[in-house]
Amino acid sequence: DGLCNTDDIERSKTEGKELTKEEKQRLRKEKKQQKKNKEKNDEKTSHEGEKKKNKKKKEEQPAGSASQPPAQPSPKVPAPAPPPPAAAAVPVPASEAPAPADKPAKSKADLKAERRARQEAERASKGKKGDVGQPAPTGKLKAPPSELQPVVKRLPEHVQVDNPEVVKKLAKKLERQQIPLRSDYGYKVSLFSHLHQYSRKAPLTQQLGIPSTVIHPAIVRLGLQYSQGIVAGSNARSVALLHAFQQVIRDYTTPPNEELSRDLVNKLKPYISFLNQCRPLSASMGNAIKYIKKEISNIPSQCKEEEAKIKLLNCIERYINEKIVLAAKAIAKYSIEKISDGDVILVYGCSSLVNHILCEAFEKKRKFRVIVVDSRPRLEGREALRRLVQKGISCTYVLISAVSYILPEVSKVFLGAHALLANGYVMSRVGTSQIALVAKAFNVPVLVCCETYKFCERVQTDSFVSNELDDPDDLIVTRKGKTQLEHWQKVPSLGLLNLVYDVTPPDFVDLVITDLGMIPCTSVPVVLRVKNVDQ
Amino acid sequence: MELQAVLMAAGGGSRMPDLTYNTPKPMLPVGNKPLMWHPLNLLERVGFEEVIVITTKEVQKMMSTDPKMKDVKMKLDVVCIQEDGDMGTADALRHIQQKIKTDVLVVSCDLITDVALHEVVDLFRAHNATLAMLMSKAHDFTETVPGQKGKKKTGEQRDFVGVDQSGKRLLFMANEADLEDGLSIRKSIMRKHPRMHIKTGLVDAHLYCLKKAVVDFLADNKSISSIRGELLPYLVRKQFSKTTNCPKSKDDADDQTQKTADGSTNSTELLICSRDEPLLQLAQERSCWNDHRGDMSEAYHGGKLRCYVHIMDQGLCYRVNTLAAYIEANRLASKLLEEPAVHPSAVISERCQMGPDSIIGAQCQVADKTSIKRSTIGNSTTVKEKVKVTNSIIMHGVTIEEGCNIHGCVICSNAVIGRGADLKYCLVGNGQQIEAEGKHRLVSRF
Repeated sequence: DGLCNTDDIERSKTEGKELTKEEKQRLRKEKKQQKKNKEKNDEKTSHEGEKKKNKKKKEEQPAGSASQPPAQPSPKVPAPAPPPPAAAAVPVPASEAPAPADKPAKSKADLKAERRARQEAERASKGKKGDVGQPAPTGKLKAPPSELQPVVKRLPEHVQVDNPEVVKKLAKKLERQQIPLRSDYGYKVSLFSHLHQYSRKAPLTQQLGIPSTVIHPAIVRLGLQYSQGIVAGSNARSVALLHAFQQVIRDYTTPPNEELSRDLVNKLKPYISFLNQCRPLSASMGNAIKYIKKEISNIPSQCKEEEAKIKLLNCIERYINEKIVLAAKAIAKYSIEKISDGDVILVYGCSSLVNHILCEAFEKKRKFRVIVVDSRPRLEGREALRRLVQKGISCTYVLISAVSYILPEVSKVFLGAHALLANGYVMSRVGTSQIALVAKAFNVPVLVCCETYKFCERVQTDSFVSNELDDPDDLIVTRKGKTQLEHWQKVPSLGLLNLVYDVTPPDFVDLVITDLGMIPCTSVPVVLRVKNVDQ
Repeated sequence: MELQAVLMAAGGGSRMPDLTYNTPKPMLPVGNKPLMWHPLNLLERVGFEEVIVITTKEVQKMMSTDPKMKDVKMKLDVVCIQEDGDMGTADALRHIQQKIKTDVLVVSCDLITDVALHEVVDLFRAHNATLAMLMSKAHDFTETVPGQKGKKKTGEQRDFVGVDQSGKRLLFMANEADLEDGLSIRKSIMRKHPRMHIKTGLVDAHLYCLKKAVVDFLADNKSISSIRGELLPYLVRKQFSKTTNCPKSKDDADDQTQKTADGSTNSTELLICSRDEPLLQLAQERSCWNDHRGDMSEAYHGGKLRCYVHIMDQGLCYRVNTLAAYIEANRLASKLLEEPAVHPSAVISERCQMGPDSIIGAQCQVADKTSIKRSTIGNSTTVKEKVKVTNSIIMHGVTIEEGCNIHGCVICSNAVIGRGADLKYCLVGNGQQIEAEGKHRLVSRF
């Protein structure tokens, strides 16, 4: 992979394009890394002894120089272990001239083998720390090459509904995939005019044929459930998505002259577009899709279809088990340490994870009571209230307008998250940032519970740039037979805004409890880095 | 494949014997197209490519000769059953059980509607329902029915339909005939759904989405013979029965062994489990959605068998099973069809007054000084001079001599109306001849 990197930078250099700032920065980093490697190697070789050290120096230097322009911190990376010694072996004969006098007995091959063995041993003894340090730059470098190829900037995540070109491109893409385009509904508040706003009464299935042939029925059902809110909540949506993918994989047959690893990914693309049209994908769903696509592409071509399918189904089961079920157990274990007897815990809305934690804590015989804060129009807190009261936890229920009155009683705030962004901001249900703000003002600790699979590489500091607009008709309520906002569309200066998410800055969050442990909000980028490396 | 369509076209038309005397009900012309063309057109418009048609040999023969049926581009898989076999709709489904590979959409041949079918199917999909059906607010037929003296209150037994607050979930269904001593509702239903709306003025469109498990269940239970009469009330009742929760088994193999071990008991039970039940359960548990409010139970009260209904309040929905409905449907047929009201091959003289609501069939000949208002005239009909036709349905091959005055009548195929006849609200059967200068009111002639 490092070699690919070489080619890219070489290519862009020879093509005469000026290296962009990022690329220059990268080169600088690589050179620094190179130096570090050399120093590290020198350190290592100082253990081995003089002669070996000399030999090493000589072989490292030529090896280093051979791969000078692009980065090759390869000696330390486990995967390309054989090539570097081989590469090192090539320059060694060149520098062999002064050395051989010292080594009459052992042959060159034996020495090489010994050296290799010692290198491996030291690598193993160094442990994960060293590996993490080194492969991380390669991880970062691995990402850029794919972006270097097309120099055109692609921002796949940014929705720009008010830009007609982008809308046209999207419409063309959907037409190619034979998926109907869902039209926006109603007047949009100007600050959010770049986002989609759909009506629940105009489902996408209106434009699809019955029975659906282009899109797998399981996906149509899932899209309907998303758009009608039957499956809501980050975890539920991901699980339902993976379940639907399991059905798609089960019903899939490879067409002749096609490879499963490539064709199945292409089959999934229109489904994902369809689901995106029904309801914008969540960060957790995005990560799940990335994982599935990676797994599918990694299927070797000689693998038989049945085997491949079973393997994929097992992958999905494992992913759900590890990232959702076991993660919830781990988070519950950590959180219970933080819940002490006599606590008054405040929760907001209905987070499946927070509910799970509280139920587990109650089962472990902790004595606490819960205050459930709810907000219109979703009123999800009622469902949270039902689940907690069913277990026997004593609860209080307030609306968000009362949160500053109730906070003096509260000892801790537990919040769930939809996604954790790379700059430490927490993206969650709209209203969460208010709760965190008021809690900060009262010096009440705020703990956010979030599984690592919801960590997202996006960076956002405000709730405007990327959000989701729900159906504005949800805000219409009938009281005493009168519906005041019934004809809101006819009033030209009136716009109804039904936001779904908001971002909470890390200053308001005291602790993030993940399945990897309890980390401060600012450590999210580290977790992301580690995750990239693992993958 | 998601849904398979089944068209039930073997019905006898027992409530309009006058019309179905010679022509079987599925082939009665409505808007100059056979009755069964209308539901087929609905299915075709929505996107179906294949339909299984259950009908009799007679109808199949007529279908193959009728030119209008050739317009249907879908693949029609015709299954013939005995006419006199007294087969109910559920029996018919059992008969084709081998062909059913997935969930099924059952339509009756006498349904004329412009419903957005996705409303019914979306309920079926989104809630993973066992049954989703279509109902409509009934319209009163105000026109006088020919051949019937006075407004005959046929004493149609009312249907009581109970829905929940959202108006979508079907909680209760019973016909007046089955309720001998009052309408009783089980306490378990009231506990789960304390607010129920009971409606009586609804027309059942006989359009049902059924899960495949129901068809398999029918195969094992030969005692159920009618979908509307027996299967539907059974399913609606079964929603609240305690035994509907399927046994917790991890894979299909377990299910199979349990079936064979228990033998008869399990085969009569409706097995609604799906594969990956645990994943679906997990998704539902983690989802913060509930279909009802106010009690401690989870979504759907944990029930796996769910019945839904879509009640149309706007739009056309007619079941053509009575004479009044037939006339009404004909009147509205011109609104439903996209074709021009006057067939291009019809020869209409210039001095003919034709209202916009009228439909003239192929190869008709309409002479001078005629007036045709709000009527349907079938193929190959000859209308001579000075004839006045209003509010009537004239079928194929009819000859109307000069000077006739026909108002509010239904004249079946190949009839001959003699010169100067004056008919009001009459029903003339196939091949009948009305003598010249005859004056008839509210008469049925066969």
